[in-house]
Amino acid sequence: MDLSQTILESESKQNSKMVVNDFTITVATVNGSGSQTSNITIMRSLLKMGIPVSGKNLFPSNIQGLPTWYTIRVNKDGYTARSETNHIVIAMNPESFVKDVEGIIPGGVLYYADNIKFPINRDDITVYAMPVQSLVRESEVPTNLRDYIANMVYVGILAQMIGIELDSIYQALQFHFKGKQKPIDMNYEMVKKAAKWAAENLAKSDPYQVKTMEAAKNCMMIDGNTAAALGALFGGVQFAAWYPITPASSLAEALLEYAPELRKDPETGKNTFAIIQAEDELAAIGMAVGAGWAGLRAMTSSSGPGISLMAEYIGLAYYSEVPVVIWDVQRVGPSTGLPTRTAQADLTFINFISHGDTEHVILLPGTIKECFEYGWKSFDIAERLQTPVFVLLDLDFGMNNWMTSPFDYPDGPMDRGKVLWEGDLNQLDNHFARYKDVDGDGITYRTVLGNRHPNAAYFTRGTGHDEYARYTEDHQVYEEMMNRLRLKFQTARKVVPPPVIEKMDGADFGIIAYGSTEPVIVETRDRFLDKGIKTDYMRLRALPFSKEVAEFIRSHDRTYVVEINRDGQMHQLLSLDVPDKAASLKSIAHLDGLPLTATWVESAILAEEEKLS
Amino acid sequence: MTEQTAVRPQRGQVNLVGLTKTDYKGSASTLCQGCGHNSIASQIITACYELSIVPEKLVKFSGIGCSSKSPTYFLNRSFGFNGLHGRMPSLATGAIFGDHTLKALGVSGDGDTASIGLGQFKHLVRRNAPMVYIVENNGVYGLTKGQFSATADMGLSLKKHGRNPYMPIDIAWEALVSNATFVARSFAGDPKQVKELIKAALSHHGIAVLDIISPCVTFNNEDQATHSYAWGKEHEVALHDLAYVPPSEEIMIEYESGEIKEVTMHDGSMVVFKKVEREYDPTNRGEAFRALEEANTKEWLLTGLLYIDEGHPSLIDLYNLPEYALNRTPENKLRPSKETLDALNKTF
Repeated sequence: MDLSQTILESESKQNSKMVVNDFTITVATVNGSGSQTSNITIMRSLLKMGIPVSGKNLFPSNIQGLPTWYTIRVNKDGYTARSETNHIVIAMNPESFVKDVEGIIPGGVLYYADNIKFPINRDDITVYAMPVQSLVRESEVPTNLRDYIANMVYVGILAQMIGIELDSIYQALQFHFKGKQKPIDMNYEMVKKAAKWAAENLAKSDPYQVKTMEAAKNCMMIDGNTAAALGALFGGVQFAAWYPITPASSLAEALLEYAPELRKDPETGKNTFAIIQAEDELAAIGMAVGAGWAGLRAMTSSSGPGISLMAEYIGLAYYSEVPVVIWDVQRVGPSTGLPTRTAQADLTFINFISHGDTEHVILLPGTIKECFEYGWKSFDIAERLQTPVFVLLDLDFGMNNWMTSPFDYPDGPMDRGKVLWEGDLNQLDNHFARYKDVDGDGITYRTVLGNRHPNAAYFTRGTGHDEYARYTEDHQVYEEMMNRLRLKFQTARKVVPPPVIEKMDGADFGIIAYGSTEPVIVETRDRFLDKGIKTDYMRLRALPFSKEVAEFIRSHDRTYVVEINRDGQMHQLLSLDVPDKAASLKSIAHLDGLPLTATWVESAILAEEEKLS
Repeated sequence: MTEQTAVRPQRGQVNLVGLTKTDYKGSASTLCQGCGHNSIASQIITACYELSIVPEKLVKFSGIGCSSKSPTYFLNRSFGFNGLHGRMPSLATGAIFGDHTLKALGVSGDGDTASIGLGQFKHLVRRNAPMVYIVENNGVYGLTKGQFSATADMGLSLKKHGRNPYMPIDIAWEALVSNATFVARSFAGDPKQVKELIKAALSHHGIAVLDIISPCVTFNNEDQATHSYAWGKEHEVALHDLAYVPPSEEIMIEYESGEIKEVTMHDGSMVVFKKVEREYDPTNRGEAFRALEEANTKEWLLTGLLYIDEGHPSLIDLYNLPEYALNRTPENKLRPSKETLDALNKTF
């Protein structure tokens, strides 16, 4: 046979089976080897090409040595949920190699570092060996940096083989190294060298390819923790205290990184903020409550174990009515649990946290844009309601990079709530009472320290108090105060963000979800629609529930509540709030530490549906 | 408090800011008759009056316990926060950022500071938070009726709890170890010294720890108990006679040369120490440790200003804050512009 004809035939065969912009790439490396830079570079360069992309870092609680995986999903339709299918595996870690190879779907691709000498017993996949060590050795990289640069070899080879533009990679590196030319050049040289090697030595025999699109051209890529921190800085955060904990540390670290740039008084060069690393989470919340009481926009950020420690201060802030914002970037509990895995399992704990009768305002960002939005809005809500406001993220949102359209500027001025200064008190004719419900909405007026009016001061306490904040053990006064706090929560229903509701004509059932499962539900509903199943969807964005929540539930025969925990915690809270329709709520809950997938949600709901017929 | 009228009767003398001593009063004490804490509260009132501190320019903090109730017994016109048991330090740390032009004064007890709150106390100290931190130290839990605290002496006998088997924690020592910049010990039975120390502490630029032995007349006042009035009176050894001199005043006290030592405070005021029996240099940290150790062996209640260092930046100094109070920052200084966000978006 003529050689050129063979090539033509093979090309056309490939074209007919070509898979463009719809596959996953899983990179298996050793924790601490610096592969994160490479993986994010791949992701960002794909985004620069306008291709919808999402990434999930599956990492151990360890600094160096344990296996870690990074999965990049490329999806032309814009689905960003976790996918269980491994189309392309880049195997850099001998320890996990055998399992990594087993996990590739038939017809998939294996790229592996050729120093790994295990046999590959798969004839249904394409295999490319990568001479990682020899390519690094041939480069002019200093010895101490070789291990890090080695990961750029797979970036270059992958780019060549699936069609990532080198220019996009250069832009991604520019971003990653914040314009520092030396590391940009060093990494880029390695990428180019590896790409050139691949062009000269590897014949493309697999179907996976990327092509430039318009879809994600205007998108940016950012993690939820950074989005939250930026939101807080645009919300005027003045005081933040924190204690290191995975997966929340990077939120406070982003505050530390961006505050000096965003929040210096331009005239004086002075800071309009203070950030303190506390000695533990209890001290962190204590400082934040002190600052919130003093009239500052105050926050802390932590994860489950830290929130457990904060419980006593949260009770104090609830009862003495101090505004403070608390971010919980959830990880898997109970106890130390799985520190580097994701969950939505702190919900009921936080809803009721503290002894005595308490309930709390909880915001539930369901997009990265909402991480930013609630970053500033949480302060408005906390100061309006004079109570702790929780914002629940999870590791998946907090620590993974997501594509998002650019953040929107706050749509109105700050709401500093009912704060009285000297001028206001002058007009009040000496009638200021800290805990008197003047407006009938359960929210009273407050003054803050530094107010020079002789009637401004009051003595705040966690003990029983009357309208003038004076100590009392009077039974009736206690009960009136607690009932007013409950009234305040009825007001809160109107203050917090309402749910987002998407309806279809003649929907078969409703779905309720919140937080990081949003992309999963979007994909699941499309899959259902392909099967002719119509669904209504309500994405909850806050507790206490707005009136729309009960209306949605009441307007469906059955509603599935999807969440990442064992006990169906949101299902429990909805059942309490809408008891007359509790039987119509079905819990679809699952927690194994991984983000949910559309495949799992689809099958779990279908299994319930089958029980009906 | 809030029901007071703006116009107050001018009884007797007024101070430099035109206030009478009544303007510094609090509500009636609900502590026991003869409690050391009441005596300390009245010295706080006198010190603030004499220093002409505007009550609205001071903020009070406390934890939980008998001691922590006392901030309601002085300075009703000051904001105050009676927080959680052992957690007042963190509360105060956050609050002082609200308006750093205010003076801050915390009152705690030995249970609150040395038992449940030792961690927060030491971190407050190491951060050099600008506040006066008074420990009303009686070696016993009063509000829960007579249990041992962490400062109770080993071997101390209490009615319902037998003998204390553990070694005590020395609050002054802990403060020094944590790099406190002002450490004093005093005795509620020595009101003049308490008052002068409070004045000096209010002028200190940083954390000022005052460990004041304040006898509990109900649960721990047996003559042989080291936290009792009788023992204190019998065993008090003053390091020096000290007097606080405000910035505007000249030193009027007559001392023979060679007998006095002065320390100039950050605000220009001065603390003057007169030698009593021995030479003592309160700016020497090593000497403070040695003096405390000697006092322990010799069973002295050693009082006075153990250590002072005016040269350290306070917590607030580290944050490059504006001159105005942070809680009066206008919105346009808190929220960056839309152009800033648009530019920031492009960097991701």
